[in-house]
Parts: sequence; structure tokens; C-alpha cells
Amino acid sequence: MDGWLGVVIMIVLGVGFAGVMIGLSILLGPRNPTPEKLAPYECGMPAVGDARERHSVKFYLVAMIFLLFDIEIAFLYPWAVALRDLGWAGFMQVVTFFLILSVGYIYVWRKGVLDWGPVARAVRRQVRDKAA
Amino acid sequence: MDLRFLIQLGIIGLTFFMLINASALLVYAERKVMGFMQQRYGPYLVGPHGLLQPLADILKLLMKEELRPRGADRWLFTLAPILSVTAAFAAFAAVPWGAETTLFGLLDEPVKLGVADINVGVLVVFAITSMGVYGIVLAGWSSNSKYSLLGGLRSSAQMISYELSYATALAAVILLAGSLSLRETVDAQAGYWFGVIPRWYVFLQPLGFIIYMIAGVAETNRAPFDFPEAEQELVAGYNTEYSSVRFALFPQAEYINMTTMAAVATDLYLGGWHGPFLPPEYGWIWFLVKVGAILFAYIWVRWTVPRYRYDQLMRFGWKWLFPASVVNLIVTAALVLALNA
Repeated sequence: MDGWLGVVIMIVLGVGFAGVMIGLSILLGPRNPTPEKLAPYECGMPAVGDARERHSVKFYLVAMIFLLFDIEIAFLYPWAVALRDLGWAGFMQVVTFFLILSVGYIYVWRKGVLDWGPVARAVRRQVRDKAA
Repeated sequence: MDLRFLIQLGIIGLTFFMLINASALLVYAERKVMGFMQQRYGPYLVGPHGLLQPLADILKLLMKEELRPRGADRWLFTLAPILSVTAAFAAFAAVPWGAETTLFGLLDEPVKLGVADINVGVLVVFAITSMGVYGIVLAGWSSNSKYSLLGGLRSSAQMISYELSYATALAAVILLAGSLSLRETVDAQAGYWFGVIPRWYVFLQPLGFIIYMIAGVAETNRAPFDFPEAEQELVAGYNTEYSSVRFALFPQAEYINMTTMAAVATDLYLGGWHGPFLPPEYGWIWFLVKVGAILFAYIWVRWTVPRYRYDQLMRFGWKWLFPASVVNLIVTAALVLALNA
């Protein structure tokens, strides 16, 4: 099929399939909830506090770097299609673009944003600085 | 409504039906392959050689009780699995799976085998598969369970990290083909070098293919990168609180995503439906064989390689895979210019 109609039909089919399956299970499944069943699972112990607490700042950092590099890739796609027309001038422009971006990449790397484990370089450096 | 439009609707219906079948068959294949790798039979009792096992599983899950934990967000909790499975189905819409055919002379003008023929197919697949992460994050957040939330967070960080290498590896193929259309990319791979080596991009982009496959495993949350549902650490990750069919929809979305990943790899790197011995009308058989081979490799990897640690995953993705894919892209671009000019 030409054009976008196929994608729309596929989305409708997908939503319909999921809806029918969930509807069927509501019709066919039993329903006798107890307070214990409805408690969030925490290895059999009563749940402590709320799950939606603050979490590691690492996740936010990764999301921010991702945005930068993803925009870079969004620029790359039209460039990749048109490279044969752009020639070496277009190639050099993208290499320059990558070089500028890599400054930020190296900065992020040295700052330890990409290290997640306890053996992260930043932690080791801190320990070393403290000992000195 | 003319015959051509009806046949095109039929092709869409067939694709949809085959995707549902693919997810059921993959569940079966996974358990069977796992069984043989661990020197046992796997499912054997339901139907011949256990072939009806997926059907029995889904019927059992239909009969189970739906539970929604206290404090869970009522609407997002239901929306999450629907979103996952819809994104999985919709992503396949842009993937062509066969050459143009007149169905043995039934039609005057040939139809294209595939749901939708879009001239920016790569972008569409890429955009819709990225939507899948919303299903997982929403499932993790709306459950109001600590394990679910951790699974959802890990999954989002992991998927966006590997998306970079994945997208950059794809850009190198776009460079070679000079088109964003998957069908044109496949047709650019027809024929042979020196009469023997098929003109598949995997031979021009060996590094890109490896990066694509590794990132693909991470994108679909499969072992050795199955952190969102690492059962030894997070019980079941983002779907801990899900039961009944709502639970079943998550693995189904995962298996359909695997199929899409394998189909895109086949189209971009393995020459799609082009292959020896078969006339072009039967090219879809080649397509199925190649997709099946990649899917088997997926399962094989899952039962061979142990799970990474999360910091290893992030380090590998950001410090090895991403620079490698960028270098691959720039070298490819330089070679394309040097050899074409």
C-alpha cells in the first residue's frame, strides 16, 4: 500500500487487538480482590513507604546527554541521503560538527557521567584526592 | 473498492496475523531451544511436540484475575501494555517483506508486499520503536511498586543510550543506499559482485552490522541486556505488578519488536528478499529464512551469554559502541566519496 494509510490501519489493529484481549480477560477472569493481593509486591513483606521516591541523578544526566546526541543524529540522516551531492565540502562540515561535539563528549566522559559503578573513575579520584 | 485495494488490505491483514503468530512461535521456539541447550525437551505435552503450548498459555492467562495494586494509576496502568503492543505492531508497518508481485497475473499493476510503502521508512521504524519505551516507563511508574519503577527507569536509560549507536549505524547504510526508503535500500542490494558474492550491505558494513545487532538486543531488552526485567535483582522489573492478559501483552510486544528488529536487519544488511535459486515472486521465502536465522541468533545469545552489570552496560554503550559507530559512519562517508568521485 502506498502512503501512510497502512500505518494508520496497523495502529488501529494494534489498539483493537490489545483492547479485545484485555476486555476478554475482564469478562472471563475471576474478581475477588483482598487487601493482601492489592498490596505492591515487596518480597512478601508489607510495603514500606511510597515507590515514587527520588532516584539517582544519573538517569537525568543520561537523558540530557542523549538529547544532545540524538539531535546530532537527526541532522545526520538528511546529510547521509544527500552526501553524494554535497561532496567533500559537506563531509568536512560534518567532521567539524563531530569535532565540536566530541569536546562535550570528552568533558562528559572525564566528569564521570558515563561511569555508573562503584569503581567509577570519579570516585577513585575523590578517594585519591582525599588521601593526598 | 477495487480488487487492488482489497488485496492490499489483505496483505495488511496477513502481516498483522503473521506478527501475532510470530510472537506465539517465538515463545515456543525460545522454550524449545532453551530446552535443547539445557539437555531437556522443553514444552512437549500440549499438541504434537508441544506446538500448542503458546495457545494454552494465552488461554490460561485470559482466565486469570486482573490485579491492580493499591496506589497504582488506574488509566496509565491499563494504557501502558496497550501502548507497548501498538507501537510494536505499528513499527512493522514500514517494513517491506517482499518484491513487487502481480500475484501470478491476477493484477495488471504489481502490488508491493508490505504494509505501507513510505519513502522515509527507516525514520518511521526508528520513530515508532522509540515510542515503545513509553509503554515500559509508564508501566514502571504507574504500578506504584519499587521494583517496577527501577525496571522502568533502567529501561529508559538503557534504550536511549543504545538508540544512539543504533541510529548512527543505520545512518551508514543510508549513506550507501542514498535513500531513506527501506524498499529502495533492499533493491540497491540486488545482484552479485564478481558473480558470486551477493551485493549485501553486510559485506560493506561488517562493523555497522555488529553494532546494529548488539544495539538491537539492548533496544529489545533481551539478555544479556535484560536489565528492565532482571529477575534476580528486580523480581520481574516493570511488569512485576501485572497479571493476566495485561502481563501477556508485554512479552508479546517484546517478541514482535524482536521480529521487527530482525526484519529491518534483513532489509538493510542482508539484502531483504534477494537471494539465489528463487524467482523474485518467491523472494519472501528468502526474507523469512533470513529473519528466522537472525531470530535464532537472538535466542542463542540469550541462553549463552550471562547478564551484564548495569555499569558495564552503560560503559559499553557510551564508551565503546557509540564512538565505534561514529568512526564507522565517517569512514564509510569518506570511502563513498572517494570511490564515487
